[in-house]
Amino acid sequence: MALSRRDLLRTAAAVPLSTLAMPAVLRSARAETPILVGSLHDQSGPIAASGTPMVESLKLGIEEVNAAGGLLGRPLQLVHYDTQSNIQMYSQYAQQLAVRDKVAVVHGGITSASREAIRPTFNRFRVLYFYNVLYEGGVCDRNTFCTGTTPAQTVEKLVPYAMGKDKKKVYIIAADYNYGQITAKWMQKYVKDQGGETVSVDFFPLDVTNFGPTISKIQAAKPDLLLSALVGGNHTAFYRQWTSAGMKGQIPIASTTFGLVNEPSTLNAAESDGVLGAYGYFEELTTPASTAYVAKLKKQSPSIPYISELAAATYEGFYLWVEGVKKAKSIDRMAVTEALETGLSFDGPTGKVTIDHATHHVTRNAYLAAVKDRKWTVRETFPDAKPQDTAAVCNLIKNPRDNKQYEISI
Amino acid sequence: MDLSLIIALDVVNGAASLFLLCLGLAIIFGMMKIINLAHGEFVMLGAYATVISANAGLNIWIAMLVVAPLFVGLVGLVIERCLIRFLYGRLVDSMLATWGLSLCLIGLVTTIFGNTINGVPTPLGGFQVGAYRSSWYTIFLLAMAVVMMALVYGVLRFTRFGLVARAVMLNPGMAATLGVNPAKIYMATFGIGAAVTGLAGGLLAPVSGITPVMGTAFVAKCFITVVGGGATIISGTLSAAGLFGFVNQLGAYFTTPVYGEVILFLSAILLIRLLPQGISGRFFKGTL
Repeated sequence: MALSRRDLLRTAAAVPLSTLAMPAVLRSARAETPILVGSLHDQSGPIAASGTPMVESLKLGIEEVNAAGGLLGRPLQLVHYDTQSNIQMYSQYAQQLAVRDKVAVVHGGITSASREAIRPTFNRFRVLYFYNVLYEGGVCDRNTFCTGTTPAQTVEKLVPYAMGKDKKKVYIIAADYNYGQITAKWMQKYVKDQGGETVSVDFFPLDVTNFGPTISKIQAAKPDLLLSALVGGNHTAFYRQWTSAGMKGQIPIASTTFGLVNEPSTLNAAESDGVLGAYGYFEELTTPASTAYVAKLKKQSPSIPYISELAAATYEGFYLWVEGVKKAKSIDRMAVTEALETGLSFDGPTGKVTIDHATHHVTRNAYLAAVKDRKWTVRETFPDAKPQDTAAVCNLIKNPRDNKQYEISI
Repeated sequence: MDLSLIIALDVVNGAASLFLLCLGLAIIFGMMKIINLAHGEFVMLGAYATVISANAGLNIWIAMLVVAPLFVGLVGLVIERCLIRFLYGRLVDSMLATWGLSLCLIGLVTTIFGNTINGVPTPLGGFQVGAYRSSWYTIFLLAMAVVMMALVYGVLRFTRFGLVARAVMLNPGMAATLGVNPAKIYMATFGIGAAVTGLAGGLLAPVSGITPVMGTAFVAKCFITVVGGGATIISGTLSAAGLFGFVNQLGAYFTTPVYGEVILFLSAILLIRLLPQGISGRFFKGTL
């Protein structure tokens, strides 16, 4: 085809003109297109019991926002993938959310391993990421917001309370992966800070079911207090075997993981009474915001086993993002990040939750409770607990390009 | 002194639980050469049967000792008729099919009962040995292991069914020419193996957390025990369960549970390297 110079010029001029005209067309079409919210949570496999209430919380939040007229005049839509307790699925679906679905934000990841698998993907494809789970602390990444509690917010309160004045010898048992390993280090630090002594630290692979030798070993060590960071169904056996050996009541137990799924309601009162725990949330909290949230979530999915910090923090993480979008008047990643960095807060079921600019973690209430008659009874409230562990190593105001998980040396 | 008694009890308990867990697998694998990768799920079904019936108000002992083996035995029969009987003599195919079956059972139980942790409280209490405590349930498990051993030995050694079963196990073709129907014997054997496994699940229910995926924790350990023990059911399983239980529990006590598992698997590798036919293949030839 022969192209005259005039034709060529005309086409060349037409292209930018038409592209200039396009956004106006698109904008009117987009007014109705939903904003996509990504979700990566395990709904099958060993971690599913934790993941299901988180997805339900996210659904509840989205329904509420949509019922109130949506966000920026657009409805929200959930794009959820069941990651099946499989790290490979996390990587695969993270790419899919970022590249194919082009979601505005992703809430998800439960174990630290899954978070570290997907965090780089969202950095690379510039998708804002929220991790809403209590964890061992230290993530420093401007693209990521961590809304769960860290050891400085819970373990630091739990250990001194459980040790009291007279319990100096402490025995630690923990699950053998990075959560348990790092949490056990924090426990040792706080025990030492209280002037106590850690007599032994034992780690258990997740498939250990027989705790007989450990129970004998603990008896031989004669500790005053047992600290537990055991995780999952197999490890629940410990509390049962401990009671059947008649050790319940001999040595008190405080745990950073007990009750995150539904342990108090599966064990009987004799097996669980008196176990201490500290989290950012307990379903039994009686504040109006908490009771309203629990009622709504149980109405939406009646089969939910227990609403722990995982679900509540997911709900609040979602609303923090909503507040960020409202403030930025845009879903653009940087605009929302900057809006969130102004120290946005949200009054959720756990109390007031405020974003800390320097760490991208949150300042939130911590609660200390003991199990009684298969329910948690909240004994102490620690308002506005700060993520001081992460703050010690992470400063995103000074180094906004920082992007790693610090192992906090203890 | 008290401490060594308690540790000895732990070791015996470890061996007894391992024996109970492996017996059903040994019956199925030893007699039929079917690699049942759904073994762990049979344990899980037994545990669920116990928990569900006990929580529904049934006496815990009946739930453990009657409901669990009966239910899993029936499930085993159905599975044998619908799946396993097409796979005799096809080792690899049976592995694939039972692996699929295990995933299927996990999915089914998850769909019905959800993926949260279930459980029943441990019956019986604890007792005191000097300054240390242990639970009566440990002793009960030990007694159950002895009873099961005697029962299986008695059936195989002194009944007509046992005789026929042993004949089919040794040479199915020859047994068939003598008028035995191997297919029927296989069916019964699979059902009995499943029932014994279900009983183990029921017995372990009160001391473990029960989830649909709990079976995966047992399969590997059971297989190395059965393979390490060799083809004979009682002597093989007993010697291997005794050895591995001893190594695992002592290892766990003196080092950590992590190394306890490592030591268990290392000793299994060593054993199978030295005795490829298993312990019984070398030392108990011609016994049960």
